Amino acid sequence: MSAREAIRVALQALLSNRLRSALTTLGVLIGVMSVVLLVSIGQGARTEITGAIEGLGSNLLFVLPGDGDFGAGPTRSRFTTDDIERIDRQLPGELPRVAGSTVGAESLQADGQRFNATVQAVTAGYTSVLNRELGRGQPFSESDVVTSRRTAVLGATTAEELFAGQDPIGRQFSIAGIQFRVVGVLTRVGGEASPFGPDQDRTVLVPVTTGQRLFGTDRIDSIFVRASSTETIDVDRSTTERVLGERLDEDEFSVVSQDEIIGVVGDILSILTTVLGAIAGISLLVGGVGVSNIMLVSVSERTREIGLRKALGARTRDITVQFLLEAVALTVLGGIIGLGLGIGGAALVAAFAPVPAEVTWWSIALALGTSVGVGIVFGVLPARRAGQLDPVEALRRD
Amino acid sequence: MARGVVDARRGQPVTAPPLLTAEAVERVYRLGREVEVHALRGVSFTVDRGDYVAIMGSSGSGKSTLLNLLGALDRPTSGHVRYDGRDVADMGDPELAELRNRRIGFVFQSFHLLPRLTALDNVALPLVYRGGTPRSRRQAALEALTAVGLADRLDHRPGELSGGQQQRVAIARALVTDPALLLADEPTGNLDTTTGDDIMELLERLQVDHGTALVVITHEAQIARRADRTIELRDGLLVPEVPA
Ligand SMILES: Nc1ncnc2c1ncn2[C@@H]1O[C@H](COP(=O)(O)OP(=O)(O)OP(=O)(O)O)[C@@H](O)[C@H]1O
Ligand SMILES: [Mg+2]
Repeated sequence: MSAREAIRVALQALLSNRLRSALTTLGVLIGVMSVVLLVSIGQGARTEITGAIEGLGSNLLFVLPGDGDFGAGPTRSRFTTDDIERIDRQLPGELPRVAGSTVGAESLQADGQRFNATVQAVTAGYTSVLNRELGRGQPFSESDVVTSRRTAVLGATTAEELFAGQDPIGRQFSIAGIQFRVVGVLTRVGGEASPFGPDQDRTVLVPVTTGQRLFGTDRIDSIFVRASSTETIDVDRSTTERVLGERLDEDEFSVVSQDEIIGVVGDILSILTTVLGAIAGISLLVGGVGVSNIMLVSVSERTREIGLRKALGARTRDITVQFLLEAVALTVLGGIIGLGLGIGGAALVAAFAPVPAEVTWWSIALALGTSVGVGIVFGVLPARRAGQLDPVEALRRD
Repeated sequence: MARGVVDARRGQPVTAPPLLTAEAVERVYRLGREVEVHALRGVSFTVDRGDYVAIMGSSGSGKSTLLNLLGALDRPTSGHVRYDGRDVADMGDPELAELRNRRIGFVFQSFHLLPRLTALDNVALPLVYRGGTPRSRRQAALEALTAVGLADRLDHRPGELSGGQQQRVAIARALVTDPALLLADEPTGNLDTTTGDDIMELLERLQVDHGTALVVITHEAQIARRADRTIELRDGLLVPEVPA
């Protein structure tokens, strides 16, 4: 039997039992859809988070509390603004090269508008060290920090939410009931909140001294060091480590580069994506078992047909291929529809949920490849059974 | 082709092996560990090109068992079934399939048409296993259906046809491959007498017109009388043949 003929016969058999075919294919459809969707979400998170880290500039060093073992639990920071100044003094070149930030979540209010934002208490050098540009206004000055002035620079979304459409510069608003004056607005960076950092557009920057008083702390959560070039990054790192080492124990801080963070974060997200994909893969497996089951029923129902075809000249191989093609047609049909729904679902998630989603070519190839694979793996048993039926016995069946 | 060979049989020295020979064919069915049913216990005979042979015998005498062996649907427990001198036991699955497809046409008591397919597609079914374009298959099926008088029922499904018409479709399907041998197991068994007579007439006409050998299982002495030969089975053994 020619391949075209075999495909035609397989499709005919599936169409003659539409409801059953549709229900059987549903299992595979859901499996493929969830694989595509979950892998897209994992992949989207990866792209976005690494993008956000890269957006900070490539010559950045991060000083984090703890010994740098990401597996361990969060460690309380022992950094102070003093450390920032001492590191900055030891680094060559134009100042500021070092900035610090302490983060808290607070409720903001302006003209009756309420908005929950991430409040970052930062040193005066923060925007220049982290390459954050201001769309309008000015960053706060060293003297704002020294005198704990109540000035603030708003993220783009924060500004919109509080002062819809109006110029926020010079306007008053409150953080946790305390009045602040807007001096600047950051340009929009895009992106979203993630387990690894706040949404950069939904923040408020306040002078570190003011912020520390607000949060009731004298600590700095993290310190950022900008190396003057890629070549000097290792020198700057050892300088930073030496200065901090004078005051802190070795396991109380760690200095990591952006590449290292991207590496670690990328690894974590790869594992996340794989785990999500594997969980979705289980539903694909269940779908495959359903296909196997229905194909066995189909073989037993069509025993007489199989006997007849053999009497008319079908080889064992012709029958096996016919049933295998039926199984593969079922799973590929489910795979294609599931892929479509998965891509659509990913687009919906990306548009409406605070979770990024990104469909990659390899998740499409994976979905279609596995749906063919599932058809073959789960179709081969019923198909072989069909092919090996004894024609005399099969024809006697009623 | 079949006709030429018939002439050879009648005229010249017989060097070509017969179309079909059964040599001391036995068939034992095993039921479980201990029980064995000896359905055939050593049957030998020959069918030549263009022969018309009737097989008779009481129920359970082994007629269907024999026909399945002749049709290469089954293998004998011992003994030999040979087509053109070649032992069926020596053939692998693809060869057996080709033998059934090219040399043999089956007609069953219960028609065995595929209910989903139209009469035309049912008739074209054997051709699917030998290549050729869909168009050529349809053409051949159309000719076969015309030959059995059903040119006006091409698109009917089996459920929309009478029993006699269904058997005609089945005969057209057996005919469409232009086989050397037609094997019919009680082809009139599910039909009333008049319809059954029509079907037998059709089979006999094809046997004569196409030079196709015809082996038919029947219970009716009247049919058996029209055959060239009748072989009778009793308890899995042949009753000595009665020449026509
Ligand atoms: N698949 C089988 N398994 C076990 N025994 C079988 C099988 N097929 C046939 N038999 C037995 O073999 C013997 C011959 O059966 P067969 O079907 O050849 O008879 P038959 O002459 O065609 O009878 P009928 O006229 O009723 O069709 C019977 O005793 C039957 O029970
Ligand atoms: Mg019988």
